[in-house]
Amino acid sequence: MSTTRVGERQAVISGVGQSQIGRKLGRSGVSLTVEAVTEALADAGLDRSDIDGVSTYPGMAPSPPGMSPHGVRDLKEAMGLELDWFSGGGEVPGQLGALFNAVAAVVTGLASHVVVFRTVTESSSQTAERRASVTGSGDGRLTGALQWYPPFGAMSASNWIALYAQRYMHDFGLTREQLAQIPITCRTNAALNPKAIFTEPLTLGAYLSARMISWPLCLFDCDVPADGSTAIIVSHESLVASLRKPPVRIEAIGSALHGRDSWDQRADLTTMACHDAAPMMWSRTDLKPADVDTAQLYDGFSFICLQWLEACGFFPKGEAGAFLAGGERISRSGELPLNTNGGQLSGGRMHGYGYVHEACRQLWGEAGQRQIAGAEVAVAAAGGGPIGGCILLTTSR
Amino acid sequence: MNMAPLPLITDENRYFWQSGREGVLRIMRCEDCGWWIHQPEPVCPVCLSEHVSPNATAGLGTVEGFTVNHQQWVPNLDVPYVIAIVELDEQVGLRVMTRLVGVDAATAAAGGVQVGLRVEVEFEQRDDVWLPLFRPVAPVSASLEQAGEAS
Ligand SMILES: [Zn+2]
Repeated sequence: MSTTRVGERQAVISGVGQSQIGRKLGRSGVSLTVEAVTEALADAGLDRSDIDGVSTYPGMAPSPPGMSPHGVRDLKEAMGLELDWFSGGGEVPGQLGALFNAVAAVVTGLASHVVVFRTVTESSSQTAERRASVTGSGDGRLTGALQWYPPFGAMSASNWIALYAQRYMHDFGLTREQLAQIPITCRTNAALNPKAIFTEPLTLGAYLSARMISWPLCLFDCDVPADGSTAIIVSHESLVASLRKPPVRIEAIGSALHGRDSWDQRADLTTMACHDAAPMMWSRTDLKPADVDTAQLYDGFSFICLQWLEACGFFPKGEAGAFLAGGERISRSGELPLNTNGGQLSGGRMHGYGYVHEACRQLWGEAGQRQIAGAEVAVAAAGGGPIGGCILLTTSR
Repeated sequence: MNMAPLPLITDENRYFWQSGREGVLRIMRCEDCGWWIHQPEPVCPVCLSEHVSPNATAGLGTVEGFTVNHQQWVPNLDVPYVIAIVELDEQVGLRVMTRLVGVDAATAAAGGVQVGLRVEVEFEQRDDVWLPLFRPVAPVSASLEQAGEAS
């Protein structure tokens, strides 16, 4: 710790907001974004004239459809923001890279209050012919890094993740029954989240008999595309007095990528970028995994969530099966309440930002029926495969 | 499998996607330090030499992980089929993603395919692309037995 400069502690999260979330809402992405940002501003006690920075991931992208329909410009123009700093792009340590950039901008003084947002309209954009999650489903030929997989029928992240899941099962004896505890737990939690998409209980029997997508991953191992927007406001700690409530503190960030940036070349096929990012996060704090009161970990696929649990050190390498068995440890009454809003598996794919939103609500004691009593430390993480980033958050103590 | 998307052939990737025309699988290699480079880069990541060029491999490898795809991602996709990551014999960690042939997708998950399975390349031509696919070098049971003895 002595040689580590932990500058992220000079930034705080002052407010969060989230739009309506659902399937085929038929609303514009701008409308959803403004709704989320307006809620975040009210949460922080700030006016839009206070906002001097905007950061978003992965920036406006025309394809895949609905994956990122809006960038910095759209929010700036819609809300008439006057910006001193802004950033939008995808070449960052996972979805939360836009949040890390905002922290850096605030700490360097390039901005004071930065709105970080992520907007998706994947559900409304999805048709029988067009799936946002399928690579190379358009008419064109493949170029660049993604040419290496779809020609062999590996056209979706579910295929790529399944390859890792199979290898983990082979090496460590993980079973589908054990992996199932993640989607089952998320579904149970979603029942207490008014914005969640799937709230009917999920039984182990239903999981095991579900349609297979890419063995060993079935339908319930894959998250659900949604429409919605999440906004997080990052402010400098010197401005705390001007905020409506004590902010959420940023204890440490993990943004490392040491292994190969690839879906099939990483030296150990039972690890992902999360195994680089999470150790970096812990190297920047005296807190330990045992101090975490709730974990909000990327579950675009159930197996990625398992990888984050392992990477964050909640159990030794290879022991995910024993940790997940029965589901008690990750339940709301267990030692590590996981994805308390239902995650992306049942809550809807807010693509990384739902985890930060939920972590903050838990730390502020504002999670309603799903509140974890006395939550003071939370970890949020996003990304899978070759990209990923995580952040350790605490109450104002 | 007819509708899986194909790569755009360029001067940079032609050696890989069209090497099957001559029945060999070529991988980029550093001519100075001998490091095999995949996915390819114009500079060797080990010694930073720019003297890299495609070299023929023996086309033999080992299954490092696999999945059975059941989802009809695009029209006219013949499912199920087995996708695998194969490590080539030339270098530890030198891998290609591929599709397995000569295996039964219906029984792959139940042991019909396993990590450690020895495989060899064969090519499937589609338009101007020769897809390097892999087939067990021996009946699956014998091949796995062999792998077990070797390890
Ligand atoms: Zn070299």
